[in-house]
Amino acid sequence: MSDMKQLYQEVILDHNRKPRNWGAIADANRHADGHNPLCGDHIKLSMNVQGDKIESIAFEGHGCAICKASSSMMTSTVKGKTVQEAEMMVEEFRGMTTGTLDPENQPNHLGKLKVFAGVRDLPSRVKCAILPWHTLHAALHSEESASTEGRNDPVPDSGMVA
Amino acid sequence: MKMERMSVAEANGAIDRTRLDTIRADFPILKLQVSGKPLVYLDNAASSQMPQQVIDRIVRYQTAEHSNIHRAVHYLSELATKEYEEARVKVQHFLNAKESREVIFTRGTTEAINLVMHGYGRAFIGKGDEIILSGLEHHANIVPWQMLAEEKGAVIRVIPMNDHGELLIDEFEALFNAKTKFLALTHVSNALGTVNPVKEMVAFAHKHGVPVLLDGAQAAPHHAIDVQDLDCDFYAFSGHKMCGPTGIGALYGKAHLLEKMQPYQGGGDMILSVTFEKTVYNVIPAKFEAGTPPIMAAIVLGAAIDYLNGIGLGNIEAYEHELLEYATHSVSAIPGVRIIGTAAKKAAVLSFEIEGVHPHDVGTILNADGIAIRTGHHCAQPVMDRFHVPATARASFAFYNTKEEIDKLVAGIRKVQEMFT
Repeated sequence: MSDMKQLYQEVILDHNRKPRNWGAIADANRHADGHNPLCGDHIKLSMNVQGDKIESIAFEGHGCAICKASSSMMTSTVKGKTVQEAEMMVEEFRGMTTGTLDPENQPNHLGKLKVFAGVRDLPSRVKCAILPWHTLHAALHSEESASTEGRNDPVPDSGMVA
Repeated sequence: MKMERMSVAEANGAIDRTRLDTIRADFPILKLQVSGKPLVYLDNAASSQMPQQVIDRIVRYQTAEHSNIHRAVHYLSELATKEYEEARVKVQHFLNAKESREVIFTRGTTEAINLVMHGYGRAFIGKGDEIILSGLEHHANIVPWQMLAEEKGAVIRVIPMNDHGELLIDEFEALFNAKTKFLALTHVSNALGTVNPVKEMVAFAHKHGVPVLLDGAQAAPHHAIDVQDLDCDFYAFSGHKMCGPTGIGALYGKAHLLEKMQPYQGGGDMILSVTFEKTVYNVIPAKFEAGTPPIMAAIVLGAAIDYLNGIGLGNIEAYEHELLEYATHSVSAIPGVRIIGTAAKKAAVLSFEIEGVHPHDVGTILNADGIAIRTGHHCAQPVMDRFHVPATARASFAFYNTKEEIDKLVAGIRKVQEMFT
């Protein structure tokens, strides 16, 4: 991808500047930490789930624009949704960013999240976009932390060199 | 040998515009287009590029010289053995070591440090002993010592630095006591470019009878190294950061220390005789080169040393300093950009951050203009913590870079800022 405006679209830059649902949920009953060791992206996710409904959700931490905007848009999207709906979106988002789901030609519920389709072409940045979704999955399953280094690793870890 | 190298350098003269064009023509990869733009390769501290002369050496070896070494009596084995041992002599002269048997080929700096940790550390460092490291270290010169400390119950002490990224020498000296057993120190910081006053620090450590390992991964490609003058006990470097291939590097060690160290790995070539009752280890350097070594890579490293000597390490140092000054001046003139690492003495490394923009976004946007920089923690997380940043963007220069490329970096940074305002 040589045109950066395709990736850094205004909606992404806006969510990066003014992340929605920033902070922590006081009465949260689901938590997870997401960490991307390659970039140093780190987000803390907290939610309140009642029955099977995500009543409230918030995040804080630090990361690149892609990670922050993806976190902000993820929280806006899943707030009020059921756990099953959220899990389905985790799968769809992962499919779109790793290239197994074509959001234009295959049925999906991604809507505005399609702005992240461009990271497909940037293997080193896929992890940044996917981190909040992995963290959401971990929180829903009450795992203590999520990492982009693991089972759901979208690309092989390119390692860390000097 | 040192004299010889200098004379080659002087004979070739400084790197001016004409010379630079000739040098750039040696590097085929510099003709590459990335994202439809000419490649601007500013990630030399991670790995440098290879000139045609060195690439040709790979082809020549594989075409007409390859065999296993130190074994058979046939033509090819003798030829490969001779070339491999000649490469060792080239490294010896490159470092100005007293003897070639003080040079051990390793996979790189990391393996060289691990070799010293196993061979020296595990034999001579025990419970309660103290190992001094600096706050500037790459993870490769931290983690092996932590593993040793954990195994033996030893203690790691860290030399702090000031806001410029310079080590605090008074605090360094205050760390020494009767329990101090080892100093492992980087010659040049990979994250900030700081050149440490290693000669003085080695001398101070020796006053306390403490041996010193210098991590020379970032130093060896950029200026002449003289291990006898530095008087360090160990010196480690990697081939791929100095126009050589990956998978090869070297450890220099003083002969008397290497001799009393225990082997690092067991296997063929490192033995004199083997029975099931007893094995007698080979002499140095073979004692530390178990198994078939990276023969081709070692010989090609020798060719890379020849290439650098042909340009002259003195000329390389002078020109890279010129590039650093130009880049520092240009980048620091951009409002909203902060340079991290402002030591008085620096190698050609420029770490920076752009206000309000994460380094990874900077790296991705620059890449779209063909500009390759490193973004991240540079395997030096303690350095990042010291400066309260999760990561930096880092441009690092080699003798084949140009001021025009630095201008492109500056234009790229401005483009990033426009996109994020």
